[in-house]
Amino acid sequence: MRLSMDLELQDIPGQLLLALQPLKDNKANIISVVHHRERKTPRGTIPVRFVVEMDRSKLDAVKSQLVSLGVTVVRAGEVRFIEDVAVVLVGHILDSDLGDTINRIDSTGYAEVMDLALTMPGVNEPSSAYLRIRATGKAEIHKALSILRQVGEEKKLLVIEPIEDEAA
Amino acid sequence: MREVKISLVGYGVVGHGVVDVLTRKRAMMKELGLDLKLISVTDHTGTIISEDGIDAQKILGEKTLTNVATSSMKGKEAIDAIASDLVIEVTPTNIVHGQPGLGHMEAALAGGKHVVTSNKGPLVVAYSRLKKLAEDNGVMLKFEATAGGTMPLISLVERTLVGNTIYGIRGIFNGTCNYILTRMAEENIPYTHALSEAQDLGIAEADPSYDVEGVDTAGKVVILANALFDMNIKYSDVDVTGITGVTPEALALAREKGYAIKLIGDVPALTVRPTLVPVGSPIAVGGTLNSAAIYTDLSGTITVSGLGAGSIETASAILSDVVSIYRTKRIDAIF
Ligand SMILES: NC(=O)c1ccc[n+]([C@@H]2O[C@H](COP(=O)([O-])OP(=O)(O)OC[C@H]3O[C@@H](n4cnc5c(N)ncnc54)[C@H](OP(=O)(O)O)[C@@H]3O)[C@@H](O)[C@H]2O)c1
Repeated sequence: MRLSMDLELQDIPGQLLLALQPLKDNKANIISVVHHRERKTPRGTIPVRFVVEMDRSKLDAVKSQLVSLGVTVVRAGEVRFIEDVAVVLVGHILDSDLGDTINRIDSTGYAEVMDLALTMPGVNEPSSAYLRIRATGKAEIHKALSILRQVGEEKKLLVIEPIEDEAA
Repeated sequence: MREVKISLVGYGVVGHGVVDVLTRKRAMMKELGLDLKLISVTDHTGTIISEDGIDAQKILGEKTLTNVATSSMKGKEAIDAIASDLVIEVTPTNIVHGQPGLGHMEAALAGGKHVVTSNKGPLVVAYSRLKKLAEDNGVMLKFEATAGGTMPLISLVERTLVGNTIYGIRGIFNGTCNYILTRMAEENIPYTHALSEAQDLGIAEADPSYDVEGVDTAGKVVILANALFDMNIKYSDVDVTGITGVTPEALALAREKGYAIKLIGDVPALTVRPTLVPVGSPIAVGGTLNSAAIYTDLSGTITVSGLGAGSIETASAILSDVVSIYRTKRIDAIF
């Protein structure tokens, strides 16, 4: 099953590899790693979020191995999508492989497309779609949006993102 | 009474508004202690000069100065020759080379004259150079009307919100785009229909590309970034997408979910793009209105809205800049 793990790593080289070892040992399939270098904690550690596919029964073993390696486990459990965002797309959405567009988000592991509505006024006319993306956190929302922006550029789709409530 | 001799350069839509407003508000300005005397007007046909103040009645009915000019002097030549204290520069915007406004402003500032303008071009092209020229010559360069028209933005940030750290400004800075998007959403009509409606009403130009491709908004983003965020950027630093790709279906889908689609300029992100804005948001204004949200540390978010264009409205922002030049020296200077 898909699980997410919030860890805090020491800010010294080699820590990421160190933290990966217990996951490998327990045959976890790593789907995404989001390294929040910019969000150093007051303790001087760096938050990292792993999303993995693995047998839930192995979770405790992984956790204790991590702790014995000096890695702090803040939270580990089912993937929780706590943030979501609305996006509108305009262009040749179906012809440019909508499945692939969605998959580019879903395959990140930290974000997924939900709630899709599509309007097609006619052949050769650009169609419009509304979709919501949900993700495991604000930073992941930003990453998902930048993936979508890039897909939009490749496929010549206009990507209309929501305004943020606060300045960046 | 402080007498201020003013020269106006550019006599189109805004120029006429300036003449009208200076005349209408003359008495009110005198009560403030300012005798604002318009001593010359220049357009590209020539110049009318009157040391005692130009009679507005005589020229307001004239579309150009062809019939009333008292001198054939133009542009820089007129600015250099006429002994004014302040030049109001309202010639057409060119954001590629800034001319003719750039030359006019350089001549005025180098000659020790304050400059007040609604012309974005020179500021987009050469803001830091003009600013330095003004400082070197001990005069001021004021341009409230270039970003957001009559909507107070630059003075609001520089004066009223002084002491705040400004995190960012986002807003609708082009009334033509806002009108088109508003009409598309209201009537469920395609972009081309809303555009021709706007053209019929004189809201959009015959060649609308400057507005609808986001160029005008990006110019304002450059001005705000340079003037309020000290960013020293060029037009090419802004990532621009206009509104021509927006469909009525996209507007309808967005609306069902509680959003409007607006062309939003963002500083310091330096982007101009169609953006989803929650329908109830104070910046989601309709019609030809402009709006801006200013994000600050002390005051939270301040939102303003108002008309971004119009002859009298733009002249109002220009008048306010003129008064502020003399206020800095008299009323609220720090000694
Ligand atoms: N209209 C608005 O609501 C508004 C709002 C905010 C800012 N602005 C800005 O304000 C400026 C003026 O706008 P506008 O609407 O008044 O434009 P406009 O109607 O086109 O007027 C421009 C004026 O400048 C004159 N001119 C052109 N070249 C000149 C030269 N070399 N020397 C002297 N005069 C010259 C034009 O004369 P001819 O007509 O004889 O060429 C015309 O009188 C523009 O930069 C515009 O972007 C306008």
